[in-house]
Amino acid sequence: MEYVSPEGLRLDGRRPTEMRQLRAEIGAVAKADGSAVFEMGNTKVIAAVYGPREVQNWSQQMSDQALVRCEYSMANFSTGDRMRKPKGDRRSTEISLVIRQTMEACILTHLLPRSQIDIFVQVLQADGGTRSACINAATLALADAGIPMRDLVTSCSSGCLNRTPLLDLNYVEDSAGGPDVTVGILPTLDKVTLLQMDAKLPTDAFEDVMQLAIEGCKAIANYIKEVLQENTKQLECRRGL
Amino acid sequence: MLKSNVFNKKTRNNRIKKEVREVYLRDDIWCGASSCKTCDSSVARLTASTILVVDTNVVLNQIDLLENPAIDDVVVLSVVLDEVKNKNLSVYNRIRALCSNSLRKFYVFSNKFHKDTHVDKMDKESPNDLNDRAIRVATQWYQKHLGDTTRVLLVTNDRENKRKATEEGIFAETIESYVKSLAQPSLLDLLVQPASEDVNMEDVEDLRPSKRKLIYEEHKPMSEITSGLRRGIYHQGKLRVNRYNPFEAYVGSESIGDDIIIYGRTNMNRAFDGDIVAVELLPQDQWHEEKSLSIADEDDEDEDDVHLAPSSADDAPRTTNLVTTDEQNSVPNRPSGRVVGIIKRNWHSYCGSLEPMPMPAGSGSIAHALFVSKDRRIPKIRIQTRQLGNLLDKRIIVAVDSWDRQSRYPFGHYVRVIGEIGDTGTESEMVLIDNDIDARPFSTQILACLPPLPWSVSSKDLANPIRLDLRDLRVFSVDPPGCKDIDDALHCTALPNGNFEVGVHIADVTNFVHPGTPLDDEASKRGTSVYLVERRIDMLPKPLTEDICSLRADVERLAFSVIWEMTPEAEIVSTRYTKSIIKSCAALSYVEAQARMDDSRLMDPLTTDLRNMNTLAKIMRQRRIDRGALTLASAEVKFQIDTETHDPLDIGMYQIQEANQMVEEFMLAANVSVAEQILRHFPLCSLLRRHPSPTKEMLEPLLRTAAAIGLDLDVSSSKALADSLDRAVGDDPYFNKLIRILATRCMTQAVYFCSGDLTLSEFHHYGLAAPLYTHFTSPIRRYADVVVHRLLAASLGIYKLPSVFQDRPQLTSTADNLNYRHRNAQMASRASVELHTLIYFRKRPTDTEARIVKIRANGFIVFVPKFGIEGPVYLTPRGGQKGSGDWYVDEQQQKIVKMDGSLSYSVLQTVQIHMEVVEPQPNRPKLQLALI
Ligand SMILES: [Zn+2]
Repeated sequence: MEYVSPEGLRLDGRRPTEMRQLRAEIGAVAKADGSAVFEMGNTKVIAAVYGPREVQNWSQQMSDQALVRCEYSMANFSTGDRMRKPKGDRRSTEISLVIRQTMEACILTHLLPRSQIDIFVQVLQADGGTRSACINAATLALADAGIPMRDLVTSCSSGCLNRTPLLDLNYVEDSAGGPDVTVGILPTLDKVTLLQMDAKLPTDAFEDVMQLAIEGCKAIANYIKEVLQENTKQLECRRGL
Repeated sequence: MLKSNVFNKKTRNNRIKKEVREVYLRDDIWCGASSCKTCDSSVARLTASTILVVDTNVVLNQIDLLENPAIDDVVVLSVVLDEVKNKNLSVYNRIRALCSNSLRKFYVFSNKFHKDTHVDKMDKESPNDLNDRAIRVATQWYQKHLGDTTRVLLVTNDRENKRKATEEGIFAETIESYVKSLAQPSLLDLLVQPASEDVNMEDVEDLRPSKRKLIYEEHKPMSEITSGLRRGIYHQGKLRVNRYNPFEAYVGSESIGDDIIIYGRTNMNRAFDGDIVAVELLPQDQWHEEKSLSIADEDDEDEDDVHLAPSSADDAPRTTNLVTTDEQNSVPNRPSGRVVGIIKRNWHSYCGSLEPMPMPAGSGSIAHALFVSKDRRIPKIRIQTRQLGNLLDKRIIVAVDSWDRQSRYPFGHYVRVIGEIGDTGTESEMVLIDNDIDARPFSTQILACLPPLPWSVSSKDLANPIRLDLRDLRVFSVDPPGCKDIDDALHCTALPNGNFEVGVHIADVTNFVHPGTPLDDEASKRGTSVYLVERRIDMLPKPLTEDICSLRADVERLAFSVIWEMTPEAEIVSTRYTKSIIKSCAALSYVEAQARMDDSRLMDPLTTDLRNMNTLAKIMRQRRIDRGALTLASAEVKFQIDTETHDPLDIGMYQIQEANQMVEEFMLAANVSVAEQILRHFPLCSLLRRHPSPTKEMLEPLLRTAAAIGLDLDVSSSKALADSLDRAVGDDPYFNKLIRILATRCMTQAVYFCSGDLTLSEFHHYGLAAPLYTHFTSPIRRYADVVVHRLLAASLGIYKLPSVFQDRPQLTSTADNLNYRHRNAQMASRASVELHTLIYFRKRPTDTEARIVKIRANGFIVFVPKFGIEGPVYLTPRGGQKGSGDWYVDEQQQKIVKMDGSLSYSVLQTVQIHMEVVEPQPNRPKLQLALI
């Protein structure tokens, strides 16, 4: 299968190092303390954050830091086949864990002892790169909730098909069975906090693929910063400042 | 990074399941015309004042025309490419090759992703209409974009599309009218004839009253085939036509678990060799329909030619009539069937010549001719030509277009001329084309992968810790005389403890050929070097083949070594594998090596080494034979070629010396050791070589012959067969060799495979009686050995395993390609020898001795040991009544006896024959054998 034409175009018209169109909206869930919708092409994810609030289960309370919880789910209508997705299946549990660990690494949990932060992410529409979209949405929602963070955390995936490193795989490219690297970074601190890979990839090719994903993360970080600044400006306006 | 592009999101609905796909429309897709001021001209290919936009059917049908350099400045739209790819992958590869060829002016325009040429499906629009519209939109865009300076011409044969285009103000023409406008009549021959236009074909159609009759059964529609396959009425498989009898084919069917035999063109129902077909079994009482005892066949298209004696079952004609050895005969056990439909065509172009015919009145007019392919498995093909006079004495290439039910032969069109019939150069090229061998010079990208010349071992190589410095060892090579691609060298040192250190040093090709480079891709495609009588087609470029890799004498070379410590009884004590640097002290020929060993006065160290090695080799060989390895025999011929004219001067059998066997023995041992090592480390992705045990049925001809002469052969195992072959001693010295030759041609050839695809018990190499075997010792001329070198290096931890080894299907297809290339290389070598045999005997009619190897109804097949050829000798004149003449055949005894009992010939008997080249038809010389 030809995923990159000899003219250097992918199946959806992108060039190998181009990302899909990004779109973000802050404050989609009014009841939540913070919320955001994040889209990468046709992948659409909503995140809502509750907290910091009292720990519901006393036994889990920690005296020196906040408890971060994360629940990931996929809407039944998120993929084309409209199947019922059982809650708490292995994949969801794993992604919940990945998101929780990634977010925990950037939240200044020690500033919020004895409290609890709940992050809910739901995939509304799945077209590859859901993991990254969830993390990006969660970052925006946490920022919206005003939770203190070390840095923004942004994520992007990349892969390698037809011997060409490709940024931000969509569903078709993701299903090709090639290697798939998901990276999460703290852009200002320039640190990698998440690195996952499916399938095998030779070490030298891995370097290129990972570097590409990191570039993608940085581009997303720039976009998220713009969105946050725009949002702050609007809030300032509304408050009449 | 996205800012430079304009985005429109489009969604696309697909089938019943709704699928939403994004399409990013761009403004950075250039038009490719050099005259354009707005686009990036660095990618421009189109220079003429008229540029062509071709539609899908023009590409699919007229690819031969497009490949002609007369057609250029063509825009290939991505929508066309996609459609072509879906319909015919081989045409797709050819159009892609045109687009990437820097000498041609074909430009791919990704109209799908251009913001101005993207089209969305309209309501109730069929995919075809959508594509046609997309092509028109793109053509119109080009017209507007390039303005008045350039004429943009849409080439389409679709009437509706052409009409709409004209309405929309687009210049549109059919391919015929465009080609006519070029005023080059020979180009018109390249045009594919539409199947419906066969009205004026009558001139060639034989004038029997039945001519308009339907000759073939209708092919079943695909839906019926699919359901038939599901219900088990039909069987799917690839049709393989018997190379020696084009009226007989086999379909390997998984559902039956056996080959289904298809007899005759009617049952083959227009299927070609290599087509994937659906077959229906015939009722069992029709299974034994054909008797191909006689040499000639029903349709009498061609008779058996004299050909090179087969060296394995793969070369030999298959026996069709199974003479049942036991009493309960009459029940044929091979299922036969007929083709009901063709699932996938394997049509490509074929080389051959036109059947001789009188020139039609009036030159330059259209003539209809019949093309006869060199590949006998292919039926004759009808073509139309305007240059008959020019083509009659030429070898040409023809492509197949269609085959309808009314015509006996398929329709095709002329592609190009190879050269004059009978010209050695032309005939050699035919051999290459016929066997799909790429003999083009290596491209500049490939040559760029070579190390700078002149090359020599560098201090870096010497300092490399993975390389053992073996330059002070007394290493030497033994090869055929004049060998320039020396793959292997040997050494043998006596150790103080009485043992020997024996080393096999193999050219370190993988030090220069790296995975993923154009050089490696090319070598992997070629698979093997091809040895023709007058030339060698290398797998690797000449500097590597003859110099850098070749382990020549007195120069330092890089090697990959297998070093054993062996006891004087040739027991292996230890095995080491290492990359090394060697300096060979002598490149001996087999004859030189033999002479040294035989000359008792010589006591120099090199000769002593040779003798020691020979002693060890003899023990190893004996042990191998005791284990059941077969000493097979084939009749290899050697030509002496005139260096000026390339004509053969002399012909004779290849003499095998003890020195050959000595080298062979150590190569076998090295291959076995390496096979064990790589399989131990990479049980799932090793490339090995196996030789399946011959089935009872394959040995049938041998057993029948043996029975006729009262020889008892035990074929229950390779060991038993080897022993009975040893016991088969007749009254003349050649008898044993002849039996071995007959045994050899019953075996199939060994094949490469990926270890993950089979189970351990299937790895067995029957001929060598070895549980494991691979090819390691000839990396200069075989790609399999290159692969094995990489595996061995990885097993030692020197280099990491290239990523392709993690891809099992890829590895399997590599092995399949190697088998295919290997087979073709052998076929080409044989064809080349046959060609030169013919040239040799053209001026030298010869009387010689021959042995009868097979009895036929109207004569017998003889084998001529001196020249390694085989062919028919007729007792009754051809054209006479078959088998009903003065002779009758005694099948049990394998004898043909004259009715009055005065004369008889039996199998393996010696006869004197006369060999002469005759020309029954002009330009069609052939070798004829006749009894003296
Ligand atoms: Zn332009």
